[in-house]
Amino acid sequence: MPILTCENLSKRYGAVQALDHVNLRIEPGRIVGLLGPNGSGKSTLIKLANGLLTPTEGQILIDGKAPGVETKTIVSYLPERTYLADWMSVRQILNYFQDFYGDFDRERAISMLGHLGIEEKQRIKQMSKGTREKVQLILVMSRRAKLYLLDEPIGGVDPAARDYILNTIIGNYDPRAAVVISTHLIADVEQMLDEVIFINGGHIIRHSPVDEIREEIGKSVDALFREEFKCF
Amino acid sequence: MRWEFHNDAPIYAQVMERVERMIVSGALAPGERLPSVRTFAMEAGVNPNTMQKALTELERGGLIYSQRTSGHFVTEDQAVIASVRAELAELHTDQFLQDMRELGFTSAQTAELLHRKLENKEEE
Repeated sequence: MPILTCENLSKRYGAVQALDHVNLRIEPGRIVGLLGPNGSGKSTLIKLANGLLTPTEGQILIDGKAPGVETKTIVSYLPERTYLADWMSVRQILNYFQDFYGDFDRERAISMLGHLGIEEKQRIKQMSKGTREKVQLILVMSRRAKLYLLDEPIGGVDPAARDYILNTIIGNYDPRAAVVISTHLIADVEQMLDEVIFINGGHIIRHSPVDEIREEIGKSVDALFREEFKCF
Repeated sequence: MRWEFHNDAPIYAQVMERVERMIVSGALAPGERLPSVRTFAMEAGVNPNTMQKALTELERGGLIYSQRTSGHFVTEDQAVIASVRAELAELHTDQFLQDMRELGFTSAQTAELLHRKLENKEEE
């Protein structure tokens, strides 16, 4: 059964059609790139899956259920902006995640933080932007969820931090879970994706395996994207 | 360090070639155990499914073999390794010759340049 299903899913903000009758299925065990220019509907789709927005029309299902209290226990979400209070220490944040999420694997988080040399008494406000992003990703990936929704996980960090983040996603790969990564930095994520979804103006214009694009069209996803989204 | 990939072939095919080179060059010795799929995938910076697919294809060609519980191993069959080495050599030679043709070199000019370079190498 797909972990994420959209059926005729539409979302309108007043006159703006953010998503227009989207049909989509994402299966467990896949790492999927959600690719599109700014304002294409990427974040709207992620927020709908997460229950932060409700559909105007159609439906979105997580493991067969409409987003709600039940689905939040199996969806691990990395928002585009940081939400960690900067007065908190790492230990307080670990406690907070443990209280909120039954599937939070504290040992795993501590081990990953340890590799970065981050101690539990350290406070968020003492950390650089790159380190905060890494800590946030570690927390999100330390949940044993069925669906990971990562909204721009590598935007605004340096290339070394970017490699660390991508490796953390690969290292936590679970064949029972799907990972959706929304980004416009395609060349950086292409080699770790199973499939890509191109979204533009609220429409899914392509959903295919990366190797199919390379094999049949003979282009990298990055090159194809530049072509299909060319600004005239 | 993540492996670098070029744009015009599927990632799994490039992973295959990379592992073939590691075996042919001896970086991975005959009979040596490969890292687990997950570890190897992280090293390469690719999706574990892609690494699995590459290893399955290499297994089909006989260059590696798998044991149910203990993972993948490099073949100890020197004949298989030698034939992959020969294939890679053909591939690179063809590519080189094509590049030289595109630069406008005749076969004779290419051969002469190659001789000169190889003689210089031997003198060093």
